[in-house]
Amino acid sequence: MSDLTRLTAAETARIVRDGEASAEDVTQAHLDRIAKVDEKVHAFLHVDAEGAIAAARRVDERRAAGEQLGPLAGVPLALKDVFTMEGVPTTCGSKILEGWRPPYDATVTRRIKDAGLVILGKTNMDEFAMGSSTENSAFGPTHNPWDLDRIPGGSGGGSSASVAAYFAPLAIGTDTGGSIRQPAAVTGTVGAKPTYGGVSRYGLIALASSLDQAGPCARNVLDAALLHEVIAGHDPFDSTSIDAPAPAVVDAARRADVKGMRIGVVREFAGDGYQAGVEQRFREAVDTLTDLGAQVVEVSCPHFTYALAAYYLILPSECSSNLARFDAMRYGLRVGDDGTRSAEEVMSMTRDAGFGDEVKRRIVLGTYALSSGYYDAFYGQAQRVRTLITDDFTAAFERCDVLVSPTTPTTAFRLGERIDDPLAMYLADLCTIPSNLSGGAAMSVPCGLAPDDGLPVGLQIMAPALADDRMYRVAAAFEAAYVDAHGPILDGAPAL
Amino acid sequence: MTVPTVDEALSRWEPVVGMETHVELGTLSKMFCGCTTAFGGAPNAHTCPVCLGLPGALPVANEAAIRYTILIGLALHCEIAQWCRFARKNYFYPDMPKNFQISQYDEPLCTDGWLDVESGGETHRIGIERVHLEEDTGKSLHVGGATGRIHGADHSLVDYNRAGIPLVEIVTRPDIGSAAVAKAYVAALRDVVRAIGASDVKMEEGSLRCDVNVSLRPIGSETLGTRAEVKNVNSLRSVERAVHHEVTRQAVRLDAGERIVQETRHFHEDSGTTTSGRSKEEAQDYRYFPEPDLVPIAPSREWVEELRASLPEMPAERRRRLTAELGLTEADQAAMANAGVLDLVLASVEAGAPAADARNWWLGDLLAQANAAEIEPGELGVTPAQVARVCQLIADGTLTATMAKQVFAGIVETGEDPDAVVAAKGLRQVSDVGALGAAVDDAIAAQPEVAQKVRDGKVAAAGALVGAVMKATRGQANAAVVRDLVLQRLGVDPATA
Amino acid sequence: MAITRDEVAHLARLSRLALSEDELEHFATQLEVILGAVARVAEVAADDIVPTSHSVPLTNVFRPDEVRPSLDPAAALAAAPATEGVRFRVPRILDEES
Ligand SMILES: [Mg+2]
Ligand SMILES: [Zn+2]
Repeated sequence: MSDLTRLTAAETARIVRDGEASAEDVTQAHLDRIAKVDEKVHAFLHVDAEGAIAAARRVDERRAAGEQLGPLAGVPLALKDVFTMEGVPTTCGSKILEGWRPPYDATVTRRIKDAGLVILGKTNMDEFAMGSSTENSAFGPTHNPWDLDRIPGGSGGGSSASVAAYFAPLAIGTDTGGSIRQPAAVTGTVGAKPTYGGVSRYGLIALASSLDQAGPCARNVLDAALLHEVIAGHDPFDSTSIDAPAPAVVDAARRADVKGMRIGVVREFAGDGYQAGVEQRFREAVDTLTDLGAQVVEVSCPHFTYALAAYYLILPSECSSNLARFDAMRYGLRVGDDGTRSAEEVMSMTRDAGFGDEVKRRIVLGTYALSSGYYDAFYGQAQRVRTLITDDFTAAFERCDVLVSPTTPTTAFRLGERIDDPLAMYLADLCTIPSNLSGGAAMSVPCGLAPDDGLPVGLQIMAPALADDRMYRVAAAFEAAYVDAHGPILDGAPAL
Repeated sequence: MTVPTVDEALSRWEPVVGMETHVELGTLSKMFCGCTTAFGGAPNAHTCPVCLGLPGALPVANEAAIRYTILIGLALHCEIAQWCRFARKNYFYPDMPKNFQISQYDEPLCTDGWLDVESGGETHRIGIERVHLEEDTGKSLHVGGATGRIHGADHSLVDYNRAGIPLVEIVTRPDIGSAAVAKAYVAALRDVVRAIGASDVKMEEGSLRCDVNVSLRPIGSETLGTRAEVKNVNSLRSVERAVHHEVTRQAVRLDAGERIVQETRHFHEDSGTTTSGRSKEEAQDYRYFPEPDLVPIAPSREWVEELRASLPEMPAERRRRLTAELGLTEADQAAMANAGVLDLVLASVEAGAPAADARNWWLGDLLAQANAAEIEPGELGVTPAQVARVCQLIADGTLTATMAKQVFAGIVETGEDPDAVVAAKGLRQVSDVGALGAAVDDAIAAQPEVAQKVRDGKVAAAGALVGAVMKATRGQANAAVVRDLVLQRLGVDPATA
Repeated sequence: MAITRDEVAHLARLSRLALSEDELEHFATQLEVILGAVARVAEVAADDIVPTSHSVPLTNVFRPDEVRPSLDPAAALAAAPATEGVRFRVPRILDEES
């Protein structure tokens, strides 16, 4: 066996199933690579070597006992540190949760374990998933494997970087405004945000409850689909979980054909603020889809230009409330409890010390937007814009099966470049936010390296709610054509 | 500034009272998680990621809590919302795990109803503004400083077992004009909730709590005065006391030409007074918004009609029916209603007690016990079923009336059932002729002149001998059997005596 | 869209953040810029448009009233910064809540 870390997830599962390598060997190979290379990338906040080896051995034992193994059994996976995992440190990239070991598994965590995947550890992220660069992690940034001086995207930079750096063939991310798709785009990997309600949020530490959605990160579309099917499906512990069969995304990824599909190009996602190299690769991707037999139409979604504004009201409002529970009373950090200070003072001191700037900024903004006197002008109006954006999608999907756009307006920017300019940082999510507001499915698939800087560009494919399979069909077809012409994009990444 | 009596104050000022009542529902599990609602249990033993507000945990609404809330709304003649949402009420407090309470804001499940309340021989219709569903908080124990008081405490200890228990909040319009009606309203509401089976409403366990809003206006005026909101008034008697205290407190200020500050006030059970809490000037901004983790509730009209059809007979109707069936006079009814025992008498009769016996026990011994303890008769812990059982034990000769009193005292003391108390105290009327014979012989020997009178035909004199036997057996002898024995021993035929 | 240092201080109190003087100034400046950008939601959304709070078209998601096992009390208390017996120990509380 040459290098167990270079295989796809599907191939890894197959060799474990067929006994060509043990799950333990596969896991050890990945742990070794992490031990050697992650000091450069910093994708992981916690590596659970012991737990991973134990999980891998269980898979090997089940195989030895003649049990039928699932399609991803024995495959290593990196879990974003926003999911609870019983007994394993879970921080959300924040000092306020440092050292917390949850007493329960998230539904996603549980399904991954039950499917025989091997969780290697918890990946780095912007604090409480607020950011587009992973620079807001309290434990230091993650570096983009393509260029260590650049950001890996965010908030799930750790998950996509771990996939791009061959630390794991699969990772789990969460996407509130683009936190799976934008990191995928800038690291040359695949990332999908399922339909809202498609994957349980139970045990996903909430940023904005009405927008958050967990999804797969992978190096190819089929692997992403295989993981998507493991985690998707109804969960009675999440009231917003859809009680319907999960879309057949694996079949769709295998079908990989766009003949006769109507693909809409969103007119509003171009022009000012878009890097020339990104626009060029995007146009070429659209041409490829046309060549593959899709019918391409231009559509207008006029209210998408208001999405960012609505998002930066809805998200802070919900997060100001969701993050209120971090108060030093029941778990996590406690600062200033000298026996004389009141609970109120200790809460305030702890929250000031335990939260980073971006978190505090959004809490204050959300508190403002929900205040009596401002609610209607801000939160209320933002919810109306949300309706208009959903209506735009509905109208567009009457004319097309999927919509496409660049995933993010630029390639990976440099670490530190936007950290002091919140608005500039927010622009990274310009194209990804509308799907979070409407609840539809969307994913990013690599569409080449930008000619101006040689960095990966992502193609975003957006589908209506519960039509996740459509976007996988398109992504898989495009990927096949791209790989045919250029080879796998990650082959162009520097060796680490 | 002299404090007027309540009557003096009421000669010039008319109270206007509105009530916000929280009732813990009698579901088996909590509002949003599967933890038990059982009272007691070791601190924090009834908690899970959801009710502890652990990161990542999500709420799922309890169907029974929604059903009970709609039933309460229907019983209070409310409109049931076609579509409504939960909302988050945001404020920080250590006994509230998420630092927001899941409640309802501008979209309550039930609105615009009423409840008829009997007081002072009249029926008062109290408007119900809304009925909504929310979750309870944990309980804090304040350590150091004055016992149990928050002020001056050194630190607090929190138990989250009650956190997440479903609470229904019932808000009236300011339609209540006296302390007596306020008290009668709470009693009537409690009876409705019990009749539906939505809660057994144990006020001593804090499962029904009232906030009483009181303002005064000059008699005859139509405008509302500034109100004080008195929190945590947790018994029927306290409701009455809290209103009375506010009436005199506010009257002093208004008489002196001062203004009433709109504020939250805390009621003190021990003194019957209220003290100022946070004034509304620095009021919290609760930043309500629709709870994104819970989807809207849209009760189908079929479901609502099904629930309406399932409503049991309401206490007021039942009272009317039973008093008619028993042929109670208005004076009887009024006496029982004033003593707070009417429903208890009716329920005892329904449970099998003879009407006269039920009336006598409740208006007599049991009322006296309640008065001595300064509680309502219904709070004694004696149930109508237990009264019926005791009456049956008297009828079948097991207990004497004296013993029955001891049994009731035992029930109040231990909370045990009549049969258990009888067994524990060894209270069993002695009717065995052999066992009583010696005591009868002793009594005759001790009072020969009395015995002679009986032999001479003065049968009435036997009473003294029976009394002596009863005394010797500490009341456990069956007096009728003793009398027969005495007469037989003295040569008188009991059948002809 | 002006937002003053004092307003930020009020919001910080509401949200239990003991912000320093520097943070108050800094956030006031940044929030003004952000609010200026997001205020444009008022431009398009007319009153007759129904606000969207949930993007899933679900209603009436309930669980049956069944008791499930709670956490072991030791696990419930394990992460607490301070405990006394089987209770969470918290600093003194200033006022009763409504
Ligand atoms: Mg309430
Ligand atoms: Zn619970």
